[in-house]
Amino acid sequence: MSITGKDVEYVAGLARLALKDDEVDTYTAQLQRILSYVEKLSELNTEGVIPTAYSVSTSTPMREDIRAVSLERDEALKNAPSTARGCFKVPRIIE
Amino acid sequence: MSITNESIHGLSHRLANKEVTSVEATGQFLERIKAVDETVNAYITVADDHAIAQAQEADRRLSSGTNITPLTGVPVSVKDIFCTKEIRTTCGSKMLENFIPPYDATLITKLKAAGAVILGKNNMDEFAMGSSTENSAYSPTLNPWSTAHVPGGSSGGSAASVAADECAASIGTDTGGSIRQPASCCGVVGLKPTYGRVSRFGMIAFASSLDQAGPLTKDVEDAAILLNVMAGHDPADSTSIDAPVPDYTASLKEGVKGLKIGIPKEYFIEGIDPEVDVAVKSAIEVLKEAGAEIVEVSLPHTAYAVSVYYLVATAEASSNLARYDGVKYGMRLDPTGNLTDMYRATREAGFGAEVKRRIMLGTYSLSAGYYDAYYKKASQVRTLISNDFNAAFTKCDVIVTPTAPSPAFKVGERTEDPLTMYLSDIFTISCNLAGIPGISLPCGLSKEGLPIGLQILGRSLDEETVLRAAYAYETATEWHKARPKL
Repeated sequence: MSITGKDVEYVAGLARLALKDDEVDTYTAQLQRILSYVEKLSELNTEGVIPTAYSVSTSTPMREDIRAVSLERDEALKNAPSTARGCFKVPRIIE
Repeated sequence: MSITNESIHGLSHRLANKEVTSVEATGQFLERIKAVDETVNAYITVADDHAIAQAQEADRRLSSGTNITPLTGVPVSVKDIFCTKEIRTTCGSKMLENFIPPYDATLITKLKAAGAVILGKNNMDEFAMGSSTENSAYSPTLNPWSTAHVPGGSSGGSAASVAADECAASIGTDTGGSIRQPASCCGVVGLKPTYGRVSRFGMIAFASSLDQAGPLTKDVEDAAILLNVMAGHDPADSTSIDAPVPDYTASLKEGVKGLKIGIPKEYFIEGIDPEVDVAVKSAIEVLKEAGAEIVEVSLPHTAYAVSVYYLVATAEASSNLARYDGVKYGMRLDPTGNLTDMYRATREAGFGAEVKRRIMLGTYSLSAGYYDAYYKKASQVRTLISNDFNAAFTKCDVIVTPTAPSPAFKVGERTEDPLTMYLSDIFTISCNLAGIPGISLPCGLSKEGLPIGLQILGRSLDEETVLRAAYAYETATEWHKARPKL
């Protein structure tokens, strides 16, 4: 499969990355080379093979629903770039 | 008396005998860091004040004789991927340049409870993405054996700090070889435990189904000592395994008599450096002479591991790194007052080139129309790779291979060519995909004077046998005693 500059811009948009023009060209070439390499997987017949997401197969661990201490609000906000009235502050979303 | 070249068990002995105090030992390591780290750059942050306070507390424990562990008073370093309360944690990224975690990773809590002194935070490839530590936003780490060469990566700072005697031992993380490959490059021991053996809570995520923390040490016994402290179930990490933790030092010295060692033919291929080939084959002879039985095994899907890894790991990374959005912590750039522009500008400025490349590759392979061909296919081949190991381990107890196809490469040599860089992990990646434990230990020096690593892989949760085989090799040889002239 071949990847174009347009694909790279689309993917960068999905990933919320702003790319400069020269970066689009560089990434297109590099991703193309990597994708050609991984193309090798298509040699294998994997029909009916169950995919592995985690190497350790355990059931979902359950626990009692017990109240426990979490971070204090001030602590949780301490690293935020911008806060207001005990909340994370972001640019206006609704005009 | 200089103690900076001591192992954990060596230093622990001296502390117990009152030959040296923890404050003195910590002072010596801080001096050593001052003397050599301008060259090596193994640390992003040195935590002098915290370290000295921990050393004073350790000395109180040592003099009162209560609550003493083999780590009490021993100065160690940790990769800058572990959240440390009140100590800046950057993960090698500009994105987290000013991030001061409000809590400790479980692993840090355990180290502190054992009485270890944490000297500082080691340099690394940004978000653990890399094989040379050249992707750090805080300048590359250089190899203590030759500053023209890389220390490997992504735990390059950890490996270099151990090799350069800037700590007694270090903790790194391994997603596709990031403990074992730098251990190989720097001539130290590096252990990646079974996936889930050590808690990931508070360890900054790269690829959550592969990431695992482990020790980098001066010898095999130290790796066992550290794993004793690190291993165990953590209610805060639902993927940590709830299985009993053995004393990893107990069976260490039982030898390899009767142990079946598998040699996979797929790991001795064309393209492997001849010096590595010779060193590893003579290491196999050493194990044979020590009483092990050598059997040939096959891991037929080895050639597909790098492809699987770079699809699975990048897919997980693209999801994990979505959290760096300039809202809750880390960098924010807000050029226009528009939310989407804020995300995009923040991520453009905060991430380095390799991180962006992997986010894009992961996003691409997960996106509509490509999911089946890439991510799903890779996850299926991952099953085949696991099956290979299961079959091989019916014929042998451990598998021995080279850790890396070559000794450390030159600084700058592979930075322009991501695919060649990825192939440095060709022998370490399968282990992560299958979730099994693996260790790298020194087994030779090249003509250029660069270390060569031997890799030993074991069955899931069988770190004991891996460590036992490694210890048997180490005691029969002198390679672990070689030190760089820095």
